Amino acid sequence: MSHVSSSPGLYGLMAEFDSADDLLVAAERVRRAGFTKTDAYSPFPVHGLAEAIGFREHIIPKLVLGAAIAGMLGGFGLEYWTQVIAYPMNIGGRPFNAWVNFIPPAFETTILFGAFTAALSMIALNGLPQPYHPVWNNPRFSRASQDKFFLAIEASDPKFDLDQTRAFLGGLNAREVVALDE
Amino acid sequence: MAVSQFPEGDFRAPVPVINPGHSYRSITEKLTGMVLTPHTPLAWFVVMFVGLSLLMGLTMSLTYLLAKGIGIWGNNIPVGWAFDIINFVWWIGIGHAGTLISAILLLFKQDWRTSINRFAEAMTLFAVACAAIFPIFHTGRPWLAAYWLFPYPNTMTLWPNFRSPLIWDVFAVSTYAAVSAIFWFVGLIPDLATFRDRAESPVLKRVYGILALGWRGSARHWFRYETAYLLLAGLSAPLVLSVHTVVSFDFAVAVLPGWHATIFPPYFVAGAIYAGFAMVLTLAIPLRAMYKLHDYITMRHLENMAKVTLITGLVVVYGYLCEAFYGWYSGNEYERFMLKNRIYYGPYAWTYWMLMLCNFIVPQLLWSKRLRRNLAVVFTVVMFVNVGMWLERFVIIVTSLHRDFLPSSWQMYYPTVWDFMTLFGTIGLFLTLMFVFVRVLPMISIFEMRTLLPEATPKHHPEGEAH
Repeated sequence: MSHVSSSPGLYGLMAEFDSADDLLVAAERVRRAGFTKTDAYSPFPVHGLAEAIGFREHIIPKLVLGAAIAGMLGGFGLEYWTQVIAYPMNIGGRPFNAWVNFIPPAFETTILFGAFTAALSMIALNGLPQPYHPVWNNPRFSRASQDKFFLAIEASDPKFDLDQTRAFLGGLNAREVVALDE
Repeated sequence: MAVSQFPEGDFRAPVPVINPGHSYRSITEKLTGMVLTPHTPLAWFVVMFVGLSLLMGLTMSLTYLLAKGIGIWGNNIPVGWAFDIINFVWWIGIGHAGTLISAILLLFKQDWRTSINRFAEAMTLFAVACAAIFPIFHTGRPWLAAYWLFPYPNTMTLWPNFRSPLIWDVFAVSTYAAVSAIFWFVGLIPDLATFRDRAESPVLKRVYGILALGWRGSARHWFRYETAYLLLAGLSAPLVLSVHTVVSFDFAVAVLPGWHATIFPPYFVAGAIYAGFAMVLTLAIPLRAMYKLHDYITMRHLENMAKVTLITGLVVVYGYLCEAFYGWYSGNEYERFMLKNRIYYGPYAWTYWMLMLCNFIVPQLLWSKRLRRNLAVVFTVVMFVNVGMWLERFVIIVTSLHRDFLPSSWQMYYPTVWDFMTLFGTIGLFLTLMFVFVRVLPMISIFEMRTLLPEATPKHHPEGEAH
């Protein structure tokens, strides 16, 4: 795969590292060099790596909070509507709007909506399910889920230049640098 | 491992959560190799034989139940609730340890949870599946029960009664099952990617590949993953406490002596954790031997779990004392009668003393470090606990019901062969699901085990960075 592709069909360059430390240092240097379209790959979450590639995002907690509140209101609303409006039943003279009794189901719908939003927003924001991605054109990339660390710079990055970027990545203690087809 | 502040051999020095000498590669190879191999341990077939045999009993007893109705069970009036609810509460309780380990211990940053959380979560799912069978089939005709269990716009324009604890239970248990399933699946995604990348057969590669959803392990993936996982843990922690609380409301909200007590929610939650840890140990000890997981499930894990079992057991015993005290202190003649009937002159008093033996006396052995480190002893103790927790529910449910307020309606309850077939059948279902899981999916979280290695914590700290 380490052939030199012409720019149109080129996804970018990928460097392989042996340790989380090397990857973290390299990711820092790449970001400081001004590259923005980069991504780092590791077989487990490496503390500080997202910051090192300049990635920040705070949307998931907000989505979860919103969904949890919606779940609570929805659950309570369902109870109120069914017990007071749609099908009021006198059971032992208890009030129709027995809000204390409505707490347990409303609590459960709060958790249910929040938890599903946490999981599904993580999956959706990550662009999953995704059947194809150019990183797999590197046959060694299957090690990214096992014991090796990778760093990719996309060809669409404004600072990308095939030869210069390759040399730059090669100087970052990388084991190997390969070009990836799109 | 991280250098301890205590010298080696000092009793305060922590036992490692993973034995030394491992690398990313050795962990990955061992934990995927257990599944991606044509070789299956002989013991696996033995357990599956037992599990499938019992499972056949379950299908038989449920088929007969659907043909004849719930009259085939020993339930009567006044004992209208018996094995169906005893077994339900027993299984739900067992499930609790899985969520406790995966969510609450994660929030408390207990790194020893890592080797046991995956199969404890699977245990939760399968225990909830077993539990669900009982109330569903107790309705007799489950397909006709949907409209009073779930709020959906039906042609009769009827809605469930949300003032009843039974409908709270439907919400609590179905939410618990759904959230546990998604928590478990999210935890599996990175390991499924490892399986996809290591599987040799194209069919397996494809199957694991579809399940892994195209996970690449990019820094963006992991960032969102960790955020979502932490939130899931934060949401599951109150959920797990609420589930057994709501289950206890099924009893505590009723006016029956022996059920109507405010101690029930915390006492049930403690009992659930107690039963759950006992079941995790029941599974962990044989699985560790069967798959030679001594490096991953170390003595530290087993000892910690034994300690949790002991402590929660003592909380449960405190619950028994409170119940007895409330009964006496209430001054209510029905409460006092129930107590005396339960403890010494009732026909089921022997079950109470069996319960004390199983849940109070035998677990005290775990105070001794020497006995805690002897796996044969620990296994025996937790088997007593498994039985004891079942007896606890029998005592609460049957002894409270069989002596009604009206002596003319007093009756004994005797389970029938179908009751026992269903109970053992669900044990078969549980064993079958558990061992199928162990055979096809990673029973220890591989990516989390990698993070326990010292080299997984980078020494490099970005300095002078303006973030």
